[in-house]
Amino acid sequence: MAIYGLVLLSACMFAGVLFGDLLGVAVGVEANVGGVGFAMLFLIVISDYLLERDLLSEKAQSGINFWGMLYIPVVVAMTARQNVVAAVSGGPMAILAGVLSVVVAFAFIPILGKIGEPGVPLPDKTEEKEV
Amino acid sequence: MVKEMILNIFVENGLVMAFLIVGVVMYVAGLISKLTNKRIAGSAIAILIGLVLAYVGGIASGEGAGGLSKIPLFSGLGVMGGSMLRDYCIISTAFGARLSEIKNAGLAGIISLFMGVISAFVVGAVLALLFGYNDTVSVATIGAGAVTFIVGPVTGAAIGASSEVIALSIAAGVVKSILVMILTPFVANIVGLNNPKAAMIYGGLMGTTSGTAAGLAATDERLVPYGAMTATFYTGLGCLMCPSVLYLATKAILG
Repeated sequence: MAIYGLVLLSACMFAGVLFGDLLGVAVGVEANVGGVGFAMLFLIVISDYLLERDLLSEKAQSGINFWGMLYIPVVVAMTARQNVVAAVSGGPMAILAGVLSVVVAFAFIPILGKIGEPGVPLPDKTEEKEV
Repeated sequence: MVKEMILNIFVENGLVMAFLIVGVVMYVAGLISKLTNKRIAGSAIAILIGLVLAYVGGIASGEGAGGLSKIPLFSGLGVMGGSMLRDYCIISTAFGARLSEIKNAGLAGIISLFMGVISAFVVGAVLALLFGYNDTVSVATIGAGAVTFIVGPVTGAAIGASSEVIALSIAAGVVKSILVMILTPFVANIVGLNNPKAAMIYGGLMGTTSGTAAGLAATDERLVPYGAMTATFYTGLGCLMCPSVLYLATKAILG
């Protein structure tokens, strides 16, 4: 059943976010430290285990994939509720601070890419996927 | 009468209304993308339209926060685009991501987190100095704002910044987050953002969850899980470093 996939997804999310909250308390910050990241790791590891043993049915997988397919629309809805007004009216210093910190960060990508094994580009998309 | 009935249906079923609106936005974005011969991805255009709608909504409702979702007819966007469903979708993209890729980029990803927080803090702090702020607390708070719009106020509250400076730090973080959304698809080729490893470094350097979520969606959605993975540690690291190590370093330099 599709809902079983959602159960796995939900359990990973709660476990990850709880872990991130606890880590935040442990290091003494008022923030969740990596909760979503831990949830993703849990999902990767657990789904790998289940798939190898054929314990995750096609329908359960389609339940997880459904939310993956809704990712872009959800992100579009997220952009529609950003505080763009504050960004535009933040004054020259706020705008410059935002712009320059992004430019500097982009410049670091190729530099840090030299650490360890070089990354392998993903194959070209064979066909334009519907979004 | 009928008009009111229809409006009521939309308002009472806000989330369903949001599906409808976002679907229409995606469709229009796809049409515009075709006009550019698909040189600009449909998702990138949809994100731009979303930001424009957020601006229009923010002006119309009189409060910027919440964007279009502050207008009752579009309130469902608040649920659909809220952190609950956003995180749920981000996590679901990890289904099918490869652990080997994550291990391969592990070290570079961790270094990128530190570089990302420190470089953004320095940029923000230097600009604060250039614009005439010379007390340590304000400089460190604005520096923290350039990290993300959550780290700014957390740091400001911890070291006792004025509310005006905290507001500025939030604005700096919001500008950063929105720029990451807009710029990523255009810069991706130049900086080699076309593989899982580069995506993990990118997530660590940018750090804003909403920025990287939208930026990678507009670039290549297959990179989303890798970038999101590191980005999610960034705000926590920023909240850890800015009010402590980086504040003390600022204090030591400014005297």
